[in-house]
Amino acid sequence: MTLSILFNLLQVLVVLVFAPLMVGINGWLRERIQAKRGPHILQPYFDLWKLFHKDERISEHSTWIFRVTPYVVFVTPLFVALLIPVLTSYPLFFAFMGDMLGGGFILALGGFFLTLAAIDTGNPYGPMGASRTRMVGFLSEPVFMIVFFTVSVVAGSTIPYIVQQRWIHPLSSFFDPAHVLLLIAFFMLIVAETGRLPVDNPSGHFELAMIDESKTLEYSGKGAALMKWGGAMKFFVLMTIFVNVLVAPWGLASTRSLGAVLTALPLVLAKMAACILALVGVESSFAKLRLFRITEFLGAAFVVCVAALLIRLMEP
Amino acid sequence: MPDLHQTLSLANELNLLAAGLFLLGSFGLIATRQVLDCVAVFAWQSLMLAASAALVAHETHLGHLYVVAGITIATKTLLIPWLLTRTSSERVVARREISQTLNVPTSLLIGLGLAACAYFLAAPLEATAPGARIGVNLPIGLATLLMGAFTVTVRREALPQVLGILSMENGAFFAGLAIASGLPLFAELAAAFDVLIIALVMGLLTRKLHERTGSTAVADLTELREE
Repeated sequence: MTLSILFNLLQVLVVLVFAPLMVGINGWLRERIQAKRGPHILQPYFDLWKLFHKDERISEHSTWIFRVTPYVVFVTPLFVALLIPVLTSYPLFFAFMGDMLGGGFILALGGFFLTLAAIDTGNPYGPMGASRTRMVGFLSEPVFMIVFFTVSVVAGSTIPYIVQQRWIHPLSSFFDPAHVLLLIAFFMLIVAETGRLPVDNPSGHFELAMIDESKTLEYSGKGAALMKWGGAMKFFVLMTIFVNVLVAPWGLASTRSLGAVLTALPLVLAKMAACILALVGVESSFAKLRLFRITEFLGAAFVVCVAALLIRLMEP
Repeated sequence: MPDLHQTLSLANELNLLAAGLFLLGSFGLIATRQVLDCVAVFAWQSLMLAASAALVAHETHLGHLYVVAGITIATKTLLIPWLLTRTSSERVVARREISQTLNVPTSLLIGLGLAACAYFLAAPLEATAPGARIGVNLPIGLATLLMGAFTVTVRREALPQVLGILSMENGAFFAGLAIASGLPLFAELAAAFDVLIIALVMGLLTRKLHERTGSTAVADLTELREE
């Protein structure tokens, strides 16, 4: 019992500490693949350190929402980390507090506050980015729903700890078309939700073309640091759901000992790095879509996911 | 729906996966915007057809289905894409954006509806042959047949329409793997050769069309003219 709670808190700590590392690996790998030198892998940590030591400026026309949002964005991924299997393949203390749908709602809360804060200051670019993010959001919402429906049809549950066991027992069900198509659809969702290249250009600095970045332009100092860190953790949490729950629970600790849990950590990080490699490959080989082509991108993800459900019905 | 999952072997599971990716290919043919990508999607779909044929051969121990898989790879994934890109002129192939009568999300949703229809169409067919080992091939084949026909109606360019017809043939073949796996090899060979000739003729026709009228948009060809 106490061990279960301890491991659960350890998971949160892992998300907290290693989220910027994944963003660093992502940035470094992307530049490397494009034959550039790339920033240091630990650059996101340096950025956070710098931002935490800077002055914060808050517009006098903004309301409490603007001040509260960084904390909401920072905390919501941590709550999701309580619910999902980050290091262990057996349920921990808070595992049955909420399912994947619940996790989705918690992450959506962060997004909601982010949108409000972007509108709050009256900066013209903020509302523009916010409305675009909402557009991507309401297009990806049905895909999320169908992913959860398919998961619950195939695995009989949406509790992540139960779902992850479904793909490898027996081993041949790893190649279940419903599983593979789900993976494709969720991968496309990660691309859309974290603002990666076919949908959004994260390295662009031209405000008129921004989708995700322009919402946080008004933040400085500590607020900016919390926002950055929260964004990194959201990415980490989505990757964890993808790699540990939807792909396979390989490499996770299966025994209740601290040693096993600690050896699971590098394995999980390696799995995630492999996934980031795939993500970077996609980012480096596609051009940014025009804004109204995003409908087609997410429409394709929707179709892939419904096809997964259909084939599940057609199975003998 | 009874959960028979435990009894499925790896080959069967892989056949299901091939079927899923095959279906994805026909969605790709509806939605892909570029001619060259369309051809690539068709090649991919045919490869999945060959994979399914090989897996069915493995399941049923019908040796000649391996040959069928080989023929499919040789003609449909290699020869036909090559022929189509060679015979139709450069300007047709290099065209980036294909015009469509419906926008992409709508046509994808209609494709989904067709796939669901195929599922309900296949159920009574399966009921008529209770002993036959039909599996997933029949509904997916039917779905691809319907979606190929839909591709022909929704596309405005000649080459994607040709690919739609060819994917209809793919669908019929895919369904045939399940219901008529005992078909003699000679018939399969003849069919493969036929498809090759069809692709060649259509490719040449597209080229001529482009030379004469300057475009391959089928919608413009509304009146007959004598020379």
